[in-house]
Parts: sequence; structure tokens; C-alpha cells
Amino acid sequence: MSDARVAVRKTYKLFIGGKFPRSESGRSYIAQDANVALASRKDVRDAVVAARAAVKGWSGATAYNRGQILYRVAEMLEGRRDQFIGLGLPAAEVDEAIDRWVWYAGWSDKISQVYGGANPVAGPYFNLSSPEPTGVVGLVTPPSFLGLVSVIAPAIVTGNTVVALTAHDAPLAAVTLAEVLATSDLPGGVVNILTGDPAETAPWLAAHMDVNAIDLAGVTDQTLATSLEEAAAGNLKRVIRPAASTPNWSDDPGLTRMTAFLETKTVWHPKGI
Amino acid sequence: MTATTASDLSSVTSSDAALRAFLHGLPGVDQVGAEQRAAMLGTRSIKTTAKAWAIDLAIRMVDLTTLEGADTPGKVRALCAKARRPDPADPTCPSVAAICVYPAMVPVATEALAGSGVHTASVATAFPSGQAPLEIKLADTRAAVAAGADEIDMVINRGAFLSGRYLEVYEEIAAVKQACGPAHLKVILETGELSTYDNVRRASWIGMLAGGDFIKTSTGKVPVAATLPVTLVMIEAVRDFRDLTGRQVGVKPAGGIRTTKDAIKYLVLVNETAGDDWLDPDWFRFGASTLLNDLLMQRTKLTTGVYAGPDYFTLD
Repeated sequence: MSDARVAVRKTYKLFIGGKFPRSESGRSYIAQDANVALASRKDVRDAVVAARAAVKGWSGATAYNRGQILYRVAEMLEGRRDQFIGLGLPAAEVDEAIDRWVWYAGWSDKISQVYGGANPVAGPYFNLSSPEPTGVVGLVTPPSFLGLVSVIAPAIVTGNTVVALTAHDAPLAAVTLAEVLATSDLPGGVVNILTGDPAETAPWLAAHMDVNAIDLAGVTDQTLATSLEEAAAGNLKRVIRPAASTPNWSDDPGLTRMTAFLETKTVWHPKGI
Repeated sequence: MTATTASDLSSVTSSDAALRAFLHGLPGVDQVGAEQRAAMLGTRSIKTTAKAWAIDLAIRMVDLTTLEGADTPGKVRALCAKARRPDPADPTCPSVAAICVYPAMVPVATEALAGSGVHTASVATAFPSGQAPLEIKLADTRAAVAAGADEIDMVINRGAFLSGRYLEVYEEIAAVKQACGPAHLKVILETGELSTYDNVRRASWIGMLAGGDFIKTSTGKVPVAATLPVTLVMIEAVRDFRDLTGRQVGVKPAGGIRTTKDAIKYLVLVNETAGDDWLDPDWFRFGASTLLNDLLMQRTKLTTGVYAGPDYFTLD
């Protein structure tokens, strides 16, 4: 008898509504030498239901509270830094991703000052514009971990909830991120992560009438991107098209990914009453 | 039950003792068995054309219900418009079976539904508790019928039932049935307050013996409403009653049925227990409000091929 310990191997599952279910289809596939759940269209449907249910609480939370929770996520990421590196990610990329998350967390209570405002009008009114989250955002995420963080964080920091489809060949960092999110006070359903083949599931997400916007960052096939964009037109989703060439996620991210999923509410308020 | 024949049935309501002897002589319900059977039937997979058929049938079976203190004529009219044309974007979508409202709203509903074939159901008899003198319950019923309701949903006297005064429950239902005149009578057992499946079976029989045209699970006003096993027991009761007397009685689960998946489970239960004679809006209904939107969303998913969202259906 050998003294060698039998390793406890992990099954990488989906992340829907704060829980880690297997795919309802029972399917799995092998990616990065691990068994990973292969999401089906019904998992997409369930994830959208979970994301929709989470919108009210998350968008209704104060920006201050959302910022605290996202910062907590960064703390948990820091604690699991070695685990991410163990997945084969360069240490520099993990650090950059954590810093990127903190950077977005800080925007939580600042975006409305930058992107909203008091408007001068020719009448006895206060006229105020404030940015509001659009609702449920679908994400087709890029394979890089920094890219993944750079599309999830900006969507949720403003109060949206997301359904993220991970890259077919690189799902492990996303599932590990899900484990971080599950232990970070982030309400269940705010982030839902589906591993599998986006070419199969993304059309369902893009056409779903209860999804308000979609970020196609991880789509490399231009034909697929076009057809997803057409499907998204069914309910006038906002679409972020994929970059023409592979983006360098280390570049300054700017504000576009945050502001793309905001709607501006303008109210007229009479003065002197 | 084995020894009972149709001719015996006429004598079981002759006295409290005879009725008690009959009801307590009904075979007991195997609780574990009933729950397992209901759960097993709930796993049936209904897909594509069968699903489309089931969804349209379920829509035709809905008693679209609003029973709130905050009901206004405007809200009832809006609901009636929805009952006529649940999906205004699709003319092939069938109407629902009925609108279910409080007696005060019956005139509004009757007017709004005129000529549509959608029935007007009214709750009556001091709904939901039923804790009022019999005279008031009868007056409540007559008023609702006079106002135009062609279906009356009454509540049984649970106080009398639970203290064993079965004949009193029976006579009350019979009196209400008489007060209904031509209107259909649905007898609400409020199974959430009856504690056991045996009680549900007994109450079902009282309701049928007293002349109820439908037996209905719940008011929707207590925490436990319709469940699959309770409905199974009631469907078995109507099946046995028809075998014995030849008279068919309908079943209406109400409360807590919110999704298409749930509704289809009930349809499977009906088909497998009582048979497809009951798969008709005249013999099976769903008391529901939020269910309809989910049925419409599933229907839209089947016709358009993309998942629908609640933003595109009315808020009731």
C-alpha cells in the first residue's frame, strides 16, 4: 500500500444565483485538464432569471455599499492570489486584475458625479440628470483573466447584474472567480457565470427578451458577432461590439464599459416649492 | 367504499351519524404514497407540440383572479380585457375560462365580458373565512348571482368540519347550491386548513354529495395553498364519485401555481388519475393570476423561438 495521498479533484461547476449547480443538461467537457460543466440554453435561461431577480436589490443598494462589497471581492481575490497563479496565470496578470477590480470598486460612488449632473435650464426648475443601471447585462468574456475582470467589474459596479459566458478553452479562472464572489457578500444572482461553449449559448443570451444589454468582448468570430448583434436588436439591447483585433487588456480601460450600461434619468424639479 | 353503491349514497346524508360513518368509512389516504405518486408524475417531460397544446389548454383553464381589498372597477376592467385577449399580439391565443372577483365587482366584470364567452365567477359566503351566519352567506350568494355571476366560489364551514359537524357543512353547501340557481357552484375546501389528506378526501365527498359542480383547493389567502398531492386526492375523489353516481364534478386547484411547469404537472396528474375527460375547461380550472403571464411567455418562446421577458406582458 502506498502512502501517497489521493488528491481530491475539483469539478468545476456553473455559478447561478449564488449557487454552484451542474449544467441542467448534465453535460461536461474537459478544458485545462479539468472537468468543467458545459452549459446549455436552459442554464442561460435560469441564469437570466437569477440575474433579473437580483436587479432590484443590487441596483437599489447604495453606491457606497456596492463599493464596499466590490472592495471586499478584491480582498478575497488577494487572499486567493496563489490559487489563480496555480491555474497557470502569470503573477503579474493576477495582480493587475486585482488592482483593476479595486479601481472599478472605487468608481461606484463617483460615476454619478462624473456622468450625471445638474443641468442649467431656462426656467424656474432644478434639472438633474443621474445615471441608472440598465438591468441585466449579458457578457461574452475574453479568455484572459484580466479581460474577464475588465468586463464583469464595470458592468456590476453601477448596479447592473450579469450573466457571463466564459471562453470555451479557458474557464477555470472564471469558476475560481465565482468562488471568490460567492464568499464576498455579493448577493446571489448579481454575477452568474456559465462555462461551456459561447458559440452555442450566446445566441440564446443575445436574443433573450429579458436581457437589456450585451458585451461581446470575447467573440472572435466576426460572423458570429454580427449574428449576435442582429439577435440583440430584437429588443434593442445595447451592444458593445468586440474589438477588431485582440485587445490589450492592460491598457487604460477608460470609462466606456461602465457608461455603456447606464441610462440617464433626468428629472425636472420646480424651485421654491 | 367497496360496499357503497349509488343507492346507499342517498341515505348517507340522512343524519349526522350516517354521514360520519360514511366519511370515516372512506379508505384512508396513504400519505407517503400520494406524495410520491404526485412527485413522480411531476417529473414527466412534456415538450414541443405536446407542450404547445398543454399551454393553450392551461390558458383556457385559467380563472383569472383578483381578490384584493384594493380592487377597483378600472383594475377589474383591465383584467377582463386581458381575459378576452391574453396576448393582444397574437390572435391565435385563446381566452381564459373565467374572471374571479369579489361580489361587489361582478357587475363591472359581467359588463366587460359580455359576448366574450368568458365566465364571471364570484367568491361568496363570507370569503375567505366563511365565518358568518348562514343567512348572510346565502344573501351574499344571491346578490352575486343577481349581479350576473354565473359561477360561485363558496368556502366551506371549516369550523364545523374540523369539529366533526359534517352534516352542518353538508347542509350549508346544499343551501348555497340552491341559492345559486342556475349558476355553477365551486366548493372551496381550503385544504391548507384541513391538516390531513383524509380530511381533504372527506371534505371532497361532502362537497360532491351536497351538489357542488366543482371542488376547489384553496382561497389563496392562507399560507398553504394548492399542492400536487392534495389535488391528487381530490382528483381521485371526483373519479370515484363519477364511477359511483355517474355525475362528473370538476376540480380547481388555486393559489401558489405560478409557472407553466407547475401547470403542466397538474395536467399530467389529471390525465393520469381521472383521465382525459377532465382535460377540459369545463372540468378543470386553475385559480391563478401570475400564472397567466408565465404561460404567455412560454407560449411566446415556442412561437418566436427566443426567450420572452416580463416587460412585454401586462402587469396585473
